[in-house]
Order: sequence, then C-alpha cells, then structure tokens
Amino acid sequence: MTKLRFHIRFPEEKIPEPVIYQIGREYQVVTSIRRADVRETTGWMDVEFSGETEEIERAIAGLREKGLLVDPIELNVVE
Amino acid sequence: MAKMKALICRECGKEYPTEALHVCELCFGPLEVKYNYDEIKERMSLASIEAGPKSLWRYKELLPIEGNPTIGLHAGMTPLVHAKNLGAFLGLDELYIKNDCVNQPTLSFKDRVVAVALTRARELGYETAACASTGNLANSVAAHAAQAGMQCYVFIPGDLEAAKVLGNLIYRPKVVEIEGNYDDVNRLCSEIAGERRWAFVNVNIRPYYAEGSKTLAFEVVEQLGWRAPDQVVVPMASGSLLTKIWKGLNEFKKIGLLKDVPTKVNGAQAEGCSPIATAYKDGRDFFKPVKPNTIAKSLAIGNPADGYYALKTVAASQGAMDAVTDDEVIEGIKLLAQTEGIFAETAGGVTIGTLRKLVKQGAIKKQDVTVAYITGNGLKTQEAVVDSVGRPFRIPPSLVKFEQTFGQQGAA
Repeated sequence: MTKLRFHIRFPEEKIPEPVIYQIGREYQVVTSIRRADVRETTGWMDVEFSGETEEIERAIAGLREKGLLVDPIELNVVE
Repeated sequence: MAKMKALICRECGKEYPTEALHVCELCFGPLEVKYNYDEIKERMSLASIEAGPKSLWRYKELLPIEGNPTIGLHAGMTPLVHAKNLGAFLGLDELYIKNDCVNQPTLSFKDRVVAVALTRARELGYETAACASTGNLANSVAAHAAQAGMQCYVFIPGDLEAAKVLGNLIYRPKVVEIEGNYDDVNRLCSEIAGERRWAFVNVNIRPYYAEGSKTLAFEVVEQLGWRAPDQVVVPMASGSLLTKIWKGLNEFKKIGLLKDVPTKVNGAQAEGCSPIATAYKDGRDFFKPVKPNTIAKSLAIGNPADGYYALKTVAASQGAMDAVTDDEVIEGIKLLAQTEGIFAETAGGVTIGTLRKLVKQGAIKKQDVTVAYITGNGLKTQEAVVDSVGRPFRIPPSLVKFEQTFGQQGAA
C-alpha cells in the first residue's frame, strides 16, 4: 500500500464535476481530502491517495486527462 | 532551552520535532521553524553580531542549526552598494543594491540557503545531498557537497542547455537527466525525496533551507547602520525569498535589534512567468499556475510553493508587485551594469525593471531608503544579453586607424 500526496487544481469548467467521486469509482484508490478551497471560478484540493503505486499513477493520469492540474504537495520542487 | 522550539504548520499550527519534515501530516500545510525568541534575545546583541564572522553565520542564533556551522562558511556578508548613479537615473536619493552576484562559492543567493540546509542536514545525520534544479540551486548544492565530502544527486530536465549541465558536472555530483516534461521531473523528484534518506534541500529540508534567506534582511539592516529600509524590491520565483526577508526584519524587531519595521516589501516577476504578480494586480488572494515562458529562467516557477504567502506578505507590509517583459529584463541588466558596474543575471534585470516601474508609479518615492536585491551573477546567463550589447570595434593594428575611429581625444 502506497500513500502519495497531491495538490489538485480545478479549472473553472471543471468545478461542477464530482471528480474525486469519479476517481474513487474508476480506480482502486482511496482519497483523503485534507484541505480545499473551491470557489465559483477556481478551486484546489490537497489530497492523499492510498493504493497500489501503479493504480495511483493511473488515477493521476486520469485526472490529467479530465483537464485537472496535478502537482506534488510541495508544488514546484525544481528551482 | 534550545533556540529552535519546533517545526510548526503554517496553516493549522500543529507542532513537530525539529527533524527532516516539511509537510503537516494533518492538513498537508507547509512547516516552518518556530524559535524561542526570549532565549535568542539573551544570546544575541549588536556587539555579539559585530564580533562574529564576516559571513551569514554572524546571525547563527537566528538560523536553524543546533551547533556550529560546518558547511558554507563563506556565504553571505555581500556588499550593500549605495547606487548613486542608478539612483540619480531613477530619481531616488537613497538606492542600495544588495549584491549577491558575488556570494560565495557559486555567485548566487542560493549559497545562503544551501549553507544553512546542508549544515542542518549534517546535524540530522544525512550523508547525501540532493536537489532538483535548472540552475543556481544545483550549482550551489553540488559545490557545497563537494567541499563537505557529501554524496550528491542533482536532478535536471533532459533538455537543459549544455552550459548549465557543465556548471554542475564540474563538481562531480551524480547528475540525473530525466526524460519527460517539466511536470514529470517535478513529480518524480518529489516521489524520490519521499523514498530515499537524502537531504533533498528544497523538499524535506525546506523548512531549514528557506531560513537562510533571512540573512539578506539581517545583513541589510546591519549595513544600513541598524535600521530597516523603507522599501525593498525582491525577485520572486517560489516566493520564499520575499517572505523570509519580511520574517527576518520582524525577527530583529522581536529580539530588540530594531524598534520598528516600516519596510514595504515589493515583489518582482517576469511577465512570462508572473503567477504571483498577476494575482496581486487582479486583487486575488490566490494565484493561478502558469507555463513559464521567459528568459528569466531562475524565476521560472509556474506553480510557486510560497506564492500564497508572498501575496500575504506584500499585503501585510503594504508593498506592491509588478512584472516586466523580457525586453525590460534585458534593459534592467544593462542599466545596472552601465550605471553601477554590476553584471546581474536575468533575475537582477527583473528586479531593476520592476524597481523602475514602481518608481514611475509613485509606489517608491525619491526619499525612500530603497534596497534592490540582486540575487545572481550575469556571467551565468550571458545568452540573455548576447544579442543586445553590441560588438567590439574592429581595427587593424594601426595608430592612424585607431585615431580615425576614435578621434584625437579618444571619443568615438
């Protein structure tokens, strides 16, 4: 079991979509939201994904395909 | 009692031991060092500082190490130049340049943060230093690790320019080129940092690393004769530097070395990567990530870790932010070189260009004691100005030709 933490950002058009619910149904990952700020025009969530590493990787790819921005919890680490 | 009390979450306030931790387990907020200022106040005075080494370690009581410094002993105490020529050009009576172009050993402000990070990493028992970087940070980590006899891993994107790769290889770290785009590099490095017992300076050691930037505030206060400037202009990449300069000024107040901190903290970005300055202009308290497209590569962080805190800091200090075009960056580099003889890298051009705009807007006034932070050496980014500095005069080895070109008085 792997646990990885991500910062997920929602573009405006994705705000109404139940993305976290969808990820839980489409992939074998458990999501735990720790902090979030979702507004009319933008939103973000700090989330922990638990599961097999490959399944988490697939879930992240799936989120990106949906148009969400997924970064490590540290945001940019390349300075 | 130890001077470091704990690591504390900047969001929920939960405290942790002073180990290699950087994210709150509860809310995933970033951690920072919490000090025992009463204890530090007892140990630190003008006299004790002035008797200290001519380096950033003269402020070691306010830096997150437990013992004596062991790595990066020569970083800091760079010149604060009274920039009379540039000041006259811009209409400022008291403009100062904090010149980290000459920081030791790798000619950028990163030598400050890396000196602190690796000294702390050694205290925590680490034998391997690591970072993900496209430039100054990699240079500094590799150089310090070489001097300290530490193993070193530097992660870079696969398409980095040859000159920048060479600047790392000379210190003989293990340089790892990662195939993939910037986001892939970023995410992989974050995951590696979680897997290995390495001191990843800007990931798991970040709470200590970032504290090194405070010395840019401490030194300026001392070099101004123990007063805080009215205005500072700070380049923003992650935004950390700006927040730590503000923290440093306020720590001097907390321990009684400053009576007050009237300083307005101003942030500078390049338009091609200005998520923080754009949020400021739009009046937002959050930033939107961007894909960087600017010659100011050392500031090209599109999803800045401390962007939110930089916005809060500028608001708290009643400062301002602005951004400049790449042409204005080049103009800024040339202006600083041609008025003060200081050749800055592109981040310096961003700072000078933004300073110029803030003066024009009236945000910085003629009589304000103003400090512009120049954080890296122009020799590192020569490609940015190579097409805009003209060519040498070419003449045959003849006195007649020389005089025809330059006239009897030497003026061309």
